[in-house]
Amino acid sequence: MDADVVADQAEWIDVCALDDIRPKAAVCALVGRRQVAIFRPGTAPALYALDNIDPFSQASVLSRGIMGDRNGVPKIASPIFKQSFDLRTGICLDDAAVRVAAFPVRVRDGRVQVKVDVQLDSPSVTK
Amino acid sequence: MNSRRRLVVVGNGMVGHRFVDQLTSGPQSDGWDVTVFCDETRLAYDRVNLSKFFEGQGADGLTLATAEHYAAAGVRVLVGQNAVAVDRAAKVVRSSTGQAVPYDRLVLATGSYPFVPALEGREAAGCFVYRTIADLEAIRAYAADVSVGAVVGGGLLGLEAANALRNLGLETHVVEMAARLMPLQVDEIGGAVLKRRIEALGVGVHTGMATKRILVEEGRVVGLQFADGGQLDTAMVVFSAGIRPRDELGRACGLAIASRAGIVVDQHCRTSDPDIFAIGECASWDGRVYGLVAPGYRMAEIAVEQLGGGGDRHLTTFDMSTKLKLLGVDVASFGDAFGLDAGAHTVSLVDTVAGVYKRLVVSADKQRLLGGILVGDAAAYNQLLAMVQTRTALPAEPDELILPRREGSTRGGGLSPANLPAEALICSCHNVSKGEICEAIATKNLLDVPSVKKCTKAGSGCGSCSTLVGEILKVELKKAGVTVNHGICEHFPHSRQELFHLVRVKRHRTFDEVAEAHGKGAGCEICKPAVASILASLWNEYVLGPDHAGLQDTNDRALANMQRDGTYSVVPRVPGGEITPRQLIVLGEVAERFGLYSKITGAQRVDLFGATLDQLPAIWRQLIAAGFESGHAYGKALRTVKSCVGSTWCRFGVQDSVSFAIRLENRYKGLRSPHKLKAAASGCARECAEAQGKDFGVIATEKGYNLYVCGNGGMKPQHAQLLASDLDEDTVLRYVDRFLMFYVRTADRLERTATWLNKLEGGIEYLRRVVVDDALGIAAELEAEMKNVVDTYQCEWTTTLGDPDKLKMFRTFVNSDAPDPGIVRVPLRQQHRPATVEERQSMVRPAETDRRAQ
Repeated sequence: MDADVVADQAEWIDVCALDDIRPKAAVCALVGRRQVAIFRPGTAPALYALDNIDPFSQASVLSRGIMGDRNGVPKIASPIFKQSFDLRTGICLDDAAVRVAAFPVRVRDGRVQVKVDVQLDSPSVTK
Repeated sequence: MNSRRRLVVVGNGMVGHRFVDQLTSGPQSDGWDVTVFCDETRLAYDRVNLSKFFEGQGADGLTLATAEHYAAAGVRVLVGQNAVAVDRAAKVVRSSTGQAVPYDRLVLATGSYPFVPALEGREAAGCFVYRTIADLEAIRAYAADVSVGAVVGGGLLGLEAANALRNLGLETHVVEMAARLMPLQVDEIGGAVLKRRIEALGVGVHTGMATKRILVEEGRVVGLQFADGGQLDTAMVVFSAGIRPRDELGRACGLAIASRAGIVVDQHCRTSDPDIFAIGECASWDGRVYGLVAPGYRMAEIAVEQLGGGGDRHLTTFDMSTKLKLLGVDVASFGDAFGLDAGAHTVSLVDTVAGVYKRLVVSADKQRLLGGILVGDAAAYNQLLAMVQTRTALPAEPDELILPRREGSTRGGGLSPANLPAEALICSCHNVSKGEICEAIATKNLLDVPSVKKCTKAGSGCGSCSTLVGEILKVELKKAGVTVNHGICEHFPHSRQELFHLVRVKRHRTFDEVAEAHGKGAGCEICKPAVASILASLWNEYVLGPDHAGLQDTNDRALANMQRDGTYSVVPRVPGGEITPRQLIVLGEVAERFGLYSKITGAQRVDLFGATLDQLPAIWRQLIAAGFESGHAYGKALRTVKSCVGSTWCRFGVQDSVSFAIRLENRYKGLRSPHKLKAAASGCARECAEAQGKDFGVIATEKGYNLYVCGNGGMKPQHAQLLASDLDEDTVLRYVDRFLMFYVRTADRLERTATWLNKLEGGIEYLRRVVVDDALGIAAELEAEMKNVVDTYQCEWTTTLGDPDKLKMFRTFVNSDAPDPGIVRVPLRQQHRPATVEERQSMVRPAETDRRAQ
């Protein structure tokens, strides 16, 4: 299911404090049945949120990869087999046919909020 | 009516295979139905590199042909079937199984067999020849139960066979009837230098010895008796006394046979029957049989051309030049090696200290190089051979060509590849000239050696010209103004070595400083860990410090090894493999308490698998309480120093290898390096710790330790090389300090020590000069840097446990204590393993369906 459609159906859900995510680090949050990786690539509070499950290995690990960029595109490299995913869209930069869900994420009053359809499991498990 | 014609090839050795390969990949392939007789049970393999079978390559690494390849080319191969007769009248080849295969054209590529002198006792168990993989397997099996072996024959192949026996751990002897080793290739002085070098390796060399009979007891070889009455005790004998052409098929069907054996062929490889060709070592041309692969390949190509209706290529006198590495000693002989040309001059260098002999044969008018002999250092072989073949004018002082380049001297060092003429033959296996290589580089925009090899085939035969190909490429690229990008990734235009120097000189302490000063962008999974490793090697700060944590590869970040389901394995350090019973019990208790799968690693440690991220701190706490510390199994760092029991318990140990292994491991533990490092200490020459297979290793001698470096090699296994002998422990530490720091400073990203040494100009000799002789004057600095690393060692588990903030990094979820629901286990031999993706889906799906239904 497309991330945008998911977002329309969902409400903003409070996940953690912004301070729980150190600059240049990522965490994984359990939102309903979904495991959501939340990335904070710089020192600014700008965040990205992707499904945490690496579609190549099915392991719940994307938040434990190394962040960086490819030609200016912010990305996360999976720690298992090192495929990179666009932090903005979840599209795999090494295989455009593969993508993980990307979720809207924002900071309100020092709290991190994401829009995720909590009814669904992570798509890579239910597919 | 079928217009296709039938072609039968007898023999699937290197030459037979080359013939079929050329035929089926060329324009002549249409119109031929090809049947090949292959009497070995294996398809064609690389016999030239047969000895690599013993160097870990195994039979697969030697494969030249596969059944799939032949099938795809439409070639029928009769594997394990012997052609026993040719009926020329009926034009049929008959096989040992009674098959009759008709032919329109027949190619005999039956090769040769090893000559075994008619000595009494040669049928006894323990007598072998050195020709096929099956021979090598038989030798290896027999050698497992004996301790001494002798090779009869001190030529090229004999010395290779001796090397094989030595690698199998046997006391090895070489017996040669002539007064010197390799009598066909080297002169008296060369033979003497070679003999000394080989003896220095512990191989017994017996020249001028005619073997009279094989001594046999109870059907097994026990020794050799010589014509002079002397005798040599040996439990096995490998004959390597030359080859004889396998011409019996040709003889039996009435083809013309040369007086000294071999099927007579004309300059187009046709036998006395115009429908039958003979190629390779079974053929005799101009009264000679050629026992080298290059002439065989040429014959194969000519025969293919003839099948296509003729061509202008024909046999010409073959260059019998050879270059080989025998028992680790370079030997080359080329052109008029012995100076037979009237009035020829000689320029020579004899250095029995270094074990080097070089002889150049110069024409009577002193204008040209005619040939030469190189023993101990054959680096200049390809260039010198090219000078002979292209009749290049000699430099004013020809000794420059053989003098070694010395520091601070402008003399010596040979001829630059830039000065070689275009027609210089660079690759003699595939007949590729410098001009062809340069043209390919220019027209096809080749930027690296592998693409040059692929495109021109140069360097893809015996490989001896690879270095020269690389040098030519470098010169050509420079000429074309191509800047070769050797940056580690898009964010840095620098190699790891350059980054190391920049970080060191500018004293950068963080990735951001390095990126700001020398890079661009936000970094990536390649440059971040590389810079993290450099920072760790230089300053040795805690890897999870605020500036460093985000740079670490997953394993370094979790201080454990991520496995395929996202859980981790934990390996505590067990220095030298010595562990108390109590500690063993604790490992078991921890594994039970946390439900971990346990396994002994390949390097004397215990690996506990299946820990989730949040379990790691609790596991470490329990291990640390029992006296363990981090084993750095997760880092590009020193892993283990393996040891045998040495003189503490072993009957044979001559030094206390356990204590020394522990000392080495504790000194270098945690050292961050370009690649993971492993080491070993063996208490005697039996080498139970396999020290020669490690990045560094010591083997005890009566007088101390021999130090070996740069073994392992990973995918392409490589033996370590001897750096220095009979050292006391403190000297070993000093040399290892220097060696490791030099490697850490100069190696490329993820470059193993073996690969690093292969690329190091001057190889082990140069490394020895840097490490042992301190030729660069940097030894003190290297030692000081290592001392800093040793002094600042910390157990990263302990440091992490002491920092509550760091422990937050080990939560599975930032907002919940729930376990990761995606981790699913399957039972395995009283333990368990992660479910595969398929297993997991089949287990998850029913539950999922139920939920949907509700």
